Amino acid sequence: MIVSVNINGVDRSADVEPRLLLSDFIRHHVELTGTHVGCEHGVCGACTVLVDGRAVRSCLMFAVQADSCEVTTVEGLAGEGGEADLHPLQEAFREKHGLQCGFCTPGMLMTLVPFLEENPSPTEREVREAISGNLCRCTGYENIVRAVMHRVEQGLTGEARAHG
Amino acid sequence: MKPAPFEYVVARSVEETLAGLAEHADDVKVLAGGQSLIPAMNFRLAQPAVLVDVNGVDELDFVRVEGGELRIGAVTRQRTVERSEEVRRLAPLLHEAIPSIAHPQIRNRGTVGGSLVHADPSAELPSVMVALGARMRIRGPAGERWVAADDFFVGLLETAVGSDELLLEVAVPEAAAGAGHAFLELQRRHGDYAMAGVAAAVALDGSGRCAGARIALLSVGDGPVLAAGAAGVLTGETPSAELFAAAARAAAHDDIDPPGDIQASAPYRRHLVEVLVRRALTLAFQRADASGARA
Repeated sequence: MIVSVNINGVDRSADVEPRLLLSDFIRHHVELTGTHVGCEHGVCGACTVLVDGRAVRSCLMFAVQADSCEVTTVEGLAGEGGEADLHPLQEAFREKHGLQCGFCTPGMLMTLVPFLEENPSPTEREVREAISGNLCRCTGYENIVRAVMHRVEQGLTGEARAHG
Repeated sequence: MKPAPFEYVVARSVEETLAGLAEHADDVKVLAGGQSLIPAMNFRLAQPAVLVDVNGVDELDFVRVEGGELRIGAVTRQRTVERSEEVRRLAPLLHEAIPSIAHPQIRNRGTVGGSLVHADPSAELPSVMVALGARMRIRGPAGERWVAADDFFVGLLETAVGSDELLLEVAVPEAAAGAGHAFLELQRRHGDYAMAGVAAAVALDGSGRCAGARIALLSVGDGPVLAAGAAGVLTGETPSAELFAAAARAAAHDDIDPPGDIQASAPYRRHLVEVLVRRALTLAFQRADASGARA
């Protein structure tokens, strides 16, 4: 059946089987491979994307269920300038070594971006709870939390630029 | 890990859902939030021939107050309930339990009805609904009926909802004056399945005695387990640390026959239940006291 999804501002449609997972639609049909697929049963969080602004696990949704929805993947975080125009949270991850192998990073970012929009000045404990559904196979949680707290401090002092 | 092929039916109303269930009666599943069903399909533990997707059944997406009850539509997302002011005010036990359901990403999709009908023994919502004495409205080809939470959960992953029926909503009685509540569970990591948990709703009478208690336990049986023995210890008595300890002992030793698994052995689960029930009762009666029943 035909599925039409707006991904990162671009309308994409394809004729797919209903059993196609949203994660596979994003990776194989739209060829955006930033969304990572780890466990495929909703435990690791690597495939987290935003569907209509809400963080969801794309391996626990069928692509056909996202018909007419707006999906944001990690590729949609940076501005027009790409690497030179990273989202402030991406900058913070780079600055504070919030990634090692990078496998969990897209899911971490897509979980944390809406979390910080809702709660711009979380405690460290709240950050740890927010990423409790995202596994880092390098166990690099300390620096991930450090990166988020760095971003939070930036946001509080108004240093970071406004970013969509 | 990919699901087996299935036929996909989109329902926009309760009527369309029931028609879809009737038409494909031999091998059909309702797809709500999909946060338990889709993993099972990815593993091919579940291979339904047909899915009827109820995510677009907007008439079942609501939280409202009606006739002194809190009504929650079956397709309402757990995240919506988590943020609902009505839920916080009228069903504080439910409000307290919701953050223990998996992770925010799961609660953004997972529905109240889906969790109740799936009836996982370690799920939070079934125990909460039993503790609150909620009722469920079910519709099928034979018409509509209300089922009390105590009769709704009939076995492992099994409820009173027939394969050709749909859960429409759940009705929670408003917390009365003198009521207290507590939800506690123990997980290895926030969001994991609980090794044991307790949902407690208690009430004090005008003389400061326990007017009644409903204590539901999770992860210690085939479904939510109502700790009737513990409630019997409490009812009519004046709250005290000794009383809570006696009720907790009854819960752990008389009310349950817990399974052992890789997460926790049966004796360990008993131990957890005794500790959690004692703590939950202490907190629930403190809150009941604070809510002014003696005034």
